[in-house]
Amino acid sequence: MDQFYGIFLYVISLLTMGGIYAILALGLNIQWGFTGLFNAGIAGFFAIGAYVSAILTTAPSVRHLGGYELPYIVSFVVAMIVSGIIAWGVGKVCLKLRADYLAIATIGIAEIFRLILKNETWATNGPRGVSMIPKPFESLPEPWNQLAFLGLILATVVAIYFLLETARRSPWGRVMTAIRENEKSAMAAGKDIEKFRMEAFVVGCMLMALAGAFIAHYLKFIGPNATDPMTSTFLVWVMLVVGGSANNKGAILGAFLMWTIWSASEILTSRLPDELAIRTAYIRIFLIGLALQIFLQRYPKGIFPEVRPKPERRVNPAESPAGR
Amino acid sequence: MSVLELDAVVGGYGDTQILHGVSMKVDPGEIVVIIGPNGAGKSTAMKAVFGLLNLSGGKVSLDGEDITNMPPEQVVRHGVCYVPQTSNIFPSLTVEENLEMGAFVREDDFQPRLLELYEVFPPLAEKRKQTAGTLSGGQRQMVAMAKAMMLEPKILLLDEPTAGLSPKYRGEIFSIVKTVNATGTPILMVEQNAKQALKIANRGYVLVDGKNKFEGSGQNLLDDPEVAEMFLGGGAAA
Amino acid sequence: MIEFLNFYLIPGLVLGSIYALGAIGITLTFSILRFANFAHGETMLLGVYITWSLVQFSGLHPLIVLPVAAMLTVLAVLFIDRAFYKPFRASPTIMVVIASFGMMLMIRSVVQFIWGVQLKGMTQGIQRPMVFFDSLRISPKHVMIISATIVLMLAVHYLLSRTKIGKAMRAMSDSPELAKLTGIDTEKVVRMTWIVGGALATAAGVFLAIDTHIDTNMGFKMLLPMFAAAILGGIGRPFGAVAGGLIIGVVEEISSYPWIGTEPLLNPGYKAGVAFAIMIAMLLWRPSGLFKGKVF
Repeated sequence: MDQFYGIFLYVISLLTMGGIYAILALGLNIQWGFTGLFNAGIAGFFAIGAYVSAILTTAPSVRHLGGYELPYIVSFVVAMIVSGIIAWGVGKVCLKLRADYLAIATIGIAEIFRLILKNETWATNGPRGVSMIPKPFESLPEPWNQLAFLGLILATVVAIYFLLETARRSPWGRVMTAIRENEKSAMAAGKDIEKFRMEAFVVGCMLMALAGAFIAHYLKFIGPNATDPMTSTFLVWVMLVVGGSANNKGAILGAFLMWTIWSASEILTSRLPDELAIRTAYIRIFLIGLALQIFLQRYPKGIFPEVRPKPERRVNPAESPAGR
Repeated sequence: MSVLELDAVVGGYGDTQILHGVSMKVDPGEIVVIIGPNGAGKSTAMKAVFGLLNLSGGKVSLDGEDITNMPPEQVVRHGVCYVPQTSNIFPSLTVEENLEMGAFVREDDFQPRLLELYEVFPPLAEKRKQTAGTLSGGQRQMVAMAKAMMLEPKILLLDEPTAGLSPKYRGEIFSIVKTVNATGTPILMVEQNAKQALKIANRGYVLVDGKNKFEGSGQNLLDDPEVAEMFLGGGAAA
Repeated sequence: MIEFLNFYLIPGLVLGSIYALGAIGITLTFSILRFANFAHGETMLLGVYITWSLVQFSGLHPLIVLPVAAMLTVLAVLFIDRAFYKPFRASPTIMVVIASFGMMLMIRSVVQFIWGVQLKGMTQGIQRPMVFFDSLRISPKHVMIISATIVLMLAVHYLLSRTKIGKAMRAMSDSPELAKLTGIDTEKVVRMTWIVGGALATAAGVFLAIDTHIDTNMGFKMLLPMFAAAILGGIGRPFGAVAGGLIIGVVEEISSYPWIGTEPLLNPGYKAGVAFAIMIAMLLWRPSGLFKGKVF
């Protein structure tokens, strides 16, 4: 019975983490899937959200900035706003250039942010990170606290999903698709491409910060190396590409699926002898990278291909009677 | 036998069909000009020869050999050189390096050919060490043509060589086209400046809506009242 | 003053040379293959570990085994190009950027799997610096790194300005479409680009390893400064990249010199941010770089 209970708790944690990654994947989907923007610094925006929310909610501590003890809802909103402002700055510099530059700049901003977290010890407690972060529903008895937190995450995922689906079907969403597919014709149609891209980039980064805030409260701890920044950025990319770019269902499915594989494979390899366990950890990263490459080359549409809100059928002049 | 022959060519980009059955030929030693209104498929017809277009029908042959839908890098090796309308030189290379790149597929020594072309294009000899991007529009056009001639092609394709040039340079380019042709290379050329182009042409084709409309010798087309009214009337507007 | 030379300027030039060699590969790939290669730092990493193994195996000096190591690294890079980048030649270039982003982690995890993550040293023992004018100290390894860098740059210059394939590389960087129409064998040019980039990356990595030590993060740490150097110099300008690399290396080092008072001007912990700041400033002020490169 104990074992069953253990599995039950594991499944809850799997779904919770999967849900948090689903938020990240949805954020990336707005940027890459719908608008074609390459964000290589997901971990950075994620960390911004985590630290802001952690600092705003923790009890006073001599080790780091804090003691504001604000309600969660305020800290979540502030986390998203801070991330959005930083995203706006990055976007201002790079969005008029090709996607490669944005990729370089985002990977850079994530790295800079890591340096700040490590060096500004007065605010962040440096490499030791911020601990004793409060967690919503933690006063409830086990397992209800875990279930309630999971409920919060899943409700957020569902809410974001419906918001994004509405946006995607709206004229705004159609312009996004047009921009991604044919910049010139969108420009000719008088659309201010940079403005639309900026909106997508900022909204995506805000969602990433929200996911970061959730993870800080879920783990009750956040440090500059809580997760290897490149691996987590990369994991989100794999989730989106495997699930299906430009499809919100795909992003969510990809997140849960890849997180389950990632987490389950960790359990398997951790049973190996120490030396081997450390090395096989790298094989896991390698294999997940290979999965990305295979999907990019063979199944670029992912498991759930993009579904157009309103399929356009272009009439082929040669087929039309007037053509001859 | 014609050097180049297009037979009822049909094709376009993606789903959009532009050519609806275009036929033309270039005989040895000829200058042939394609004219017509904007969007008639003039440049597209030329790209069809060069494998830049997916042809769904018809046939392109070079010296009797079928080259339909052959990729550009192969077409070059078969002796067809193409000068696009824009970005037709490597701006950061010197004039001489541009010509050397023109000879990329040559295995033999291209120096003699280089010297020959410097005689055809004297201004280039003077500026051989200059970066091509710093040249004037007319001189760039010369570099582009000389670069294409490095291979001693069986036929030279020119896409609007005088586009964007001042009248002075226009005349110069047309006289260069004649000089190049006089060395024995047949030329197929798309031109907006129909009147001037037809004057130096042996024959011309008028394309409208992706189909042949008129054809004839340069002089006949110039004299044809219907052609004149449609394309030559407004002079500069043509 | 002499302290400034010994501890800031010369180390800056050494670091700058290393960035410069790496940035040449970045700028060539960016302008010829038209994509920002995120795996370039890891190419460097792979080259370093191959060199380390060869040194362990043969007992020779790293500089002697460097050509062999560079060749093996180039083979790996050519394989990667064929298997992971070539399928996207006709696709939007951003697909290759993602593929290279994936390669970044794949190469690093292979290195970590084979060689482990412990710190290693490329050369043993401590070298005594050479002293000039009583107080100017230059360590022999720094002399070696700077002179080897100069030799390699001259070789690159010769290749690009005197050989047919080198000129074709410049031509393709000007316009890949025209290169194709001209009959230039673009796949051959692409191969040469990987060969040059891979070999220089190996050299840069080995020089860095000789100057400091070997660890599996060194490739990633080099990535931003190399991108910054390439953008600073202007994309498609190999010698711009060299200038950019030197500037960034020197600025990184002298940014922690106590210019005002006795404290370092910039907390050395933020050294890595210097390259990023320069890059952002450049993108804002002049995205084409100092030497009028390409902007995509």
